[in-house]
Amino acid sequence: MSYEFLQTLWFILIAVLWIGFFILEGFDFGVGMLLPFLGKKDEERRAIINTIGSTWDGNEVWLLTAGGATFAAFPHWYATMFSGFYLALFLLVIGLIIRGISFEYRSKDANPKWRHTFDWMIAIGSFLCALLLGTAFSNLARGVPINADMMYTGNLFTLLNPFGLLGGVTMVSVFLLYGSTFLTLKLEGELRERARELSKNLYVLAAIVVVLLAFFTYTSTDISTKIGINPGFTPLSAVIAILVTTFFINRKMEGWAFLSVALHIVLTQVSFFTLMFPRVMISSLNPEWSLTIYNASSSQYTLTVMSIVALVFVPIVLVYQGWAYYIFRKRISTDKKTLIY
Amino acid sequence: MDPLTLSRLQFGLTTVYHFLFVPLTLGLTWFVAYFQTRYYQTRDEDFRKLAKFFGKLFLINFAIGVVTGIVQEFQFGMNWSEYSRYVGDIFGAPLAIEALMAFFMESTFIGIWIFGEGKIPEKAHLASIWLVAIGSNLSALWILLANGWMQHPVGYVINEVNGRAELVDFFALVTNPKGWLFFWHTIAAGLATASFLIIGVSAYHIFRKQNVSLFKTSFQTATIVGLIASTLVFFGGHTNGQYMFETQPMKFAAIEAHYETSAPAPFSIITIGDLTGKQEVWSWRVPAVLSFLACNNFTCEVRGVDDIQAEYVELYGPGDYVPLIVFTYWSFRIMMTIGFIMMGLSFLFLLATRGKYENAKWMKWVPWVIALPYLANSSGWILTEMGRQPWIVQGLLKVEDAVSPNLTVVDLWISLIGYTVVYGALAVAMVYLMKKYIVAGPDAALHESVDVAPTLVGSQD
Ligand code: HDD
Ligand code: HEM
Ligand code: HEM
Repeated sequence: MSYEFLQTLWFILIAVLWIGFFILEGFDFGVGMLLPFLGKKDEERRAIINTIGSTWDGNEVWLLTAGGATFAAFPHWYATMFSGFYLALFLLVIGLIIRGISFEYRSKDANPKWRHTFDWMIAIGSFLCALLLGTAFSNLARGVPINADMMYTGNLFTLLNPFGLLGGVTMVSVFLLYGSTFLTLKLEGELRERARELSKNLYVLAAIVVVLLAFFTYTSTDISTKIGINPGFTPLSAVIAILVTTFFINRKMEGWAFLSVALHIVLTQVSFFTLMFPRVMISSLNPEWSLTIYNASSSQYTLTVMSIVALVFVPIVLVYQGWAYYIFRKRISTDKKTLIY
Repeated sequence: MDPLTLSRLQFGLTTVYHFLFVPLTLGLTWFVAYFQTRYYQTRDEDFRKLAKFFGKLFLINFAIGVVTGIVQEFQFGMNWSEYSRYVGDIFGAPLAIEALMAFFMESTFIGIWIFGEGKIPEKAHLASIWLVAIGSNLSALWILLANGWMQHPVGYVINEVNGRAELVDFFALVTNPKGWLFFWHTIAAGLATASFLIIGVSAYHIFRKQNVSLFKTSFQTATIVGLIASTLVFFGGHTNGQYMFETQPMKFAAIEAHYETSAPAPFSIITIGDLTGKQEVWSWRVPAVLSFLACNNFTCEVRGVDDIQAEYVELYGPGDYVPLIVFTYWSFRIMMTIGFIMMGLSFLFLLATRGKYENAKWMKWVPWVIALPYLANSSGWILTEMGRQPWIVQGLLKVEDAVSPNLTVVDLWISLIGYTVVYGALAVAMVYLMKKYIVAGPDAALHESVDVAPTLVGSQD
């Protein structure tokens, strides 16, 4: 296999890992943010947590694997991005820590204060993660200050520009909608109705910010120089996918509503990675200084070895994760006897 | 403090913290899997309770291991970007494989194990806990192969054009004896850690005459495994030491505070150094034993710190190649002493189980043995990592050249304080829950929460 082919393959694989992460952990984040607002009674909150209890950890590993694969396949990308976005990533990690520990610890003590604290940590942690990831991705699309030595020269506030923040808010809103449509699929009775009502409002928020973000992407990134005014099939379908969700929500087609938000997330990510290719980090100082799959990658030997490993293990992982989702496909009720977390 | 010192402090603290929880995870899964299997075979309720009870403790511990592990995965890029650029080609591979092969496995099957009881066939439920055990131990293997490479680089070349280390022999990386010796020693230490936790917890209940027959079962199992594991720890450690003598002579001299080359070399029982650690003030030594430890005979030459320092200056240019001997020396002594104590104790406990030990007065003090493996584990890593200084990759890259150049002191103080506060809070919550579930005993563990759940959250409704 040629070097160039391997570099492209690994770009695609890492894109797939991120897409997998967002599709799976996206609704986890949404459910987490909605938890204190949707669940009024303790059993209700427990039921909500139980909808993702068995799978959130496995979903999170997609992120860890994306990180590990970036390290192995594109060390310069890993080094520049992780050291450059230092404080943002620190906050992301804190978000992941406080929500992860809360799932496991929250119901292990009956003190209402204890449970209340952990519920809010789940919500705040999930919110932080979605906000930061959205902000980071839109900054990646827009370009960040990187010098000739592949060094990020900005700081946390460089990332907090309006376009970056809009990206953050968009990710929060889309995940909220994603979470609420997921809950209509997984819960029963009154809670399910409540989630459905909420979806209607969240739809409006998500639709507005997605359209705004799509519009400002033209003015803030180099997309127009790359593909012209016509956005092309993928980004257009991404926007349409979110717009049609309202139709499904109103007709109580829960599965379809959930799938159309998922489709929106996939298409947005595909658009993002197409926009980037073959760059992995765009330098806003000088296009020559951008990191690309060619100047940031590992050696051909490492990429070959890693390709074989991925070829063997990715299918295995997909099979048992799929099985885990299949086992726990049933709806969750608020009957205390059936609740675990 | 400068960014380098802060990054080192942060890395050391977060990693030692992560490793407080890791060994118990590595060892305790096997016990839970074993108890559950025994229940499956015998239908003896006691085994079911044991699996549930220790399973609960396992989960409380596991959760912290998982969330602190995320920090580890990201830290290389965040704090050691130059390191990541230099070795990504080699070091990234085992890390990515760890995630793909092990993290997915343990995280998916732990979910299935927690939520799957009654929903999937009993056999599949049983298989899931075994898969968790295999997954977490596999994860240890890959991370230790990665660490082993930093201690003893193999299968690489330095690329003349870009100055990076590049992988040329994946097989050499995977079969690096350093990594496998680490694996042996660490897995055995994990089993010993879990055994001592079970010994301590069981003794606590036996002494209070609660569920005596059930806890006698777990006490007995754990003393047997504890004795085997701590013996394996000892032989693994000894082999580790011999291989260290071959591959990292400076570290070997430093853990012994062995300043002057000698043949035969004496083993230090106690050595007091001066404040800089560069000079010996007073020592009590046993002749020839160090030679034996290093190469299995009583006469071979063991080179001293001063000699090796001179050689390294010639080899690598001017600089200080001596690690902080106070730390390496004392952490080795602590670990080794505890190793012998653990072997001795598990042997004594095993003897005791043949008599009527349940009424013995000394049982009251047994829970304190839980602290021993924790001290030894932390000491082990401190000596392994600090003995490698000033190198981050032995002989290739120094720690000072590995740190992210763009980080400011402010960035690092924010993250260091942030991690400390969050980790502190985690520890409080964890210790609280552990104590509560240990005290509540196996009957309570059959329910998800020890307490009766309230119907209202706070003041709502
Ligand atoms: C894969 C690599 C790797 C692995 C598995 C470990 N370490 Fe490490 N350790 C490093 C890679 C490293 C490092 C990146 O090389 C550091 C950071 C700075 C340094 O001096 O070395 C380091 C430093 C470092 C220090 C500070 C030493 C100093 O600053 O002088 C301590 C105490 C530990 N480690 C302890 C541990 C523990 C308890 C580990 C078990 C989980 C561990 N290390 C695993
Ligand atoms: C500094 C290097 C290390 C890194 C980057 C690292 C990374 C991680 C990550 C990301 C996780 C969470 C996985 C999940 O979500 O399931 C984790 C957990 C774990 N790690 Fe580490 N780790 C390090 C050191 C070690 C070492 C040296 C060992 C064993 C010898 C180890 C053994 C484990 C185990 C068994 C778990 C499972 C969770 C638990 O500890 O309870 N790790 N680690
Ligand atoms: C009984 C005598 C023991 C000896 C002779 C011994 C020897 C060693 C040596 C030489 C190393 C350093 C390896 C290197 O850096 O190349 C080491 C590391 C370590 N030891 Fe021990 N050890 C003993 C007991 C223990 C005990 C009881 C525990 C914990 C229960 C333990 C846990 C560790 C750990 C976690 C490490 C770091 C990982 C590794 O380097 O394998 N050791 N030990």
